[in-house]
Amino acid sequence: MTNNIRFVQGNEACVEGALYAGLDFFSGYPITPSTEVAEHLANRLPAKGGKFLQMEDEIASMCAIIGASLTGKKVMTATSGPGFSLKQEALGYAIMAEIPCVVVNVQRGGPSTGNPTHVSQADVMQARWGRHGDQSIVCLTASNNQDVFEMTVEAFNIAETYRTPVVLLLDETVGHMREKIVVPKAGEIPLVERLRTAVREGVDYHPYLPREDGRLPMSDFGDVHRYNVTGLFHDMWGFPTTNPGVVHGLLRHLNDKINNNANQMARYKEYYMDDAERVLISYGASARSALHVVENRRPRGERLGLLELQTLWPFPDVVVREKCRNAVSVCVVEMNMGQVMQAVKAAVDDPGKVFLANRIDGNLITPTDIRGILRLIQGRGV
Amino acid sequence: MERVRIVFSGSGGQGVITAAILLAEAAVLYEGLEATQSQSYGPEARGGATRSDVIITDRPIRFPKVIQPNILICLTQESYNKFCGIIRPGGMLLTDSRFVTTERKVDARQFELPMFRTVMDKIGKPIVFNIFMLGTLIGLTDLMRPESVMKVLEKRIPSHFLEMNRKALELGLELGQENK
Repeated sequence: MTNNIRFVQGNEACVEGALYAGLDFFSGYPITPSTEVAEHLANRLPAKGGKFLQMEDEIASMCAIIGASLTGKKVMTATSGPGFSLKQEALGYAIMAEIPCVVVNVQRGGPSTGNPTHVSQADVMQARWGRHGDQSIVCLTASNNQDVFEMTVEAFNIAETYRTPVVLLLDETVGHMREKIVVPKAGEIPLVERLRTAVREGVDYHPYLPREDGRLPMSDFGDVHRYNVTGLFHDMWGFPTTNPGVVHGLLRHLNDKINNNANQMARYKEYYMDDAERVLISYGASARSALHVVENRRPRGERLGLLELQTLWPFPDVVVREKCRNAVSVCVVEMNMGQVMQAVKAAVDDPGKVFLANRIDGNLITPTDIRGILRLIQGRGV
Repeated sequence: MERVRIVFSGSGGQGVITAAILLAEAAVLYEGLEATQSQSYGPEARGGATRSDVIITDRPIRFPKVIQPNILICLTQESYNKFCGIIRPGGMLLTDSRFVTTERKVDARQFELPMFRTVMDKIGKPIVFNIFMLGTLIGLTDLMRPESVMKVLEKRIPSHFLEMNRKALELGLELGQENK
């Protein structure tokens, strides 16, 4: 048996994924249920030459990864709901200044300090809209520890490709549950490295002048180029401006680079979807329960299928619309009051056939919960 | 194989969660099986009735929690009172005769074994109670090869404690096999 098989928590799988992706710098402030991410990185990261900083709070840890990223490092922080709220301002700054970084949010019940040791998926819309201003963000999720590993690597790759923050939205169930992961060999999953400028010392470097393909080559802070970084609208040198054309162009660029690439970023899995009459759409821990239902009902002749979303933002609306085209009903399984259901309704041709199977009491939604809702949708009573 | 769904319960400090992790890890690393382990956190896990769920099977595991365990282990009265009702009919209940007085009849094979007393008589250190219990469980059920658990112990436990743990596992195994 190979020694790359590990039996770990989801939070540790995230750590393994981050190290595989080449994480150099982590700063964080421990919070349940994300603490194990910091705990294991405190041990692992310095051992491979990286830096681990425990900061005074969540705001400082978000700001610290922004600074570290500018010096050319791959960076990450991890938190849960209350900490994610605190990070929003700096996250907006990272979007505006186009700083690659990965922010892990292992979701617990909210609002406020909420339900620290229990599961929830209620930060989906916060991940999308938690900051002021028109902006777009990338948000990935995972339902098992192998996928946590792979989506963490993916988060770093997308952050570097598009020069943008990426939110990795996990949940307490997946974060704390132990199961098998197989750590791939180096090189098995391609890694995207920072695109650095080829402009030499003494030659004008424009940090915010996109290439034809929309990508912006970076120059490591402290290296040969001096440039300005700001949260204000800025020109191609990074200096503040109110020039309407520049403001308009930058706002377009910030949103287009994410939304125009929604198809490239759409990660999903499908189970029994080929002939599915009734479609379940789910993600994270809920998708495990949904798949349990599908696998149990299929042998009894029920044409159920599952579409498991791994990219939540930009919302994969083309995928959802196509996959649900022939469905009699679409049932979104999630642990909140219908946050992804709203996005599904907006994506499908007939929003009237979209239903919600949810649970918001801090317990993982069970296959029995889902079956009950399916019976109601089918008009078969409880 | 039949899907094994185990709930380990007891009080904080008895090592029930550690035992659950060791068993599930052994299944994955040395038996080539699939396993998940999850546990109660927070106020529930401090004192009171601690609980850890383990599923072991040869197929992918979707829903990772245990609703009706076919094996329930209770190491305190409180955990027995709280969880004895959830056992799957026809399942197996393992309790420690020092800490638990079984009051109700449940539709399960019941084993009330002197695990703690044997540990204290033969080893004298309560710290290996959980490993003894794992041995007993494997002795009763043939869930996996005891060597697989031993390999995980070798990986995780400081070498000067290893011998004591090996002894606890073996004595537990004997107690389980005698009562099978």
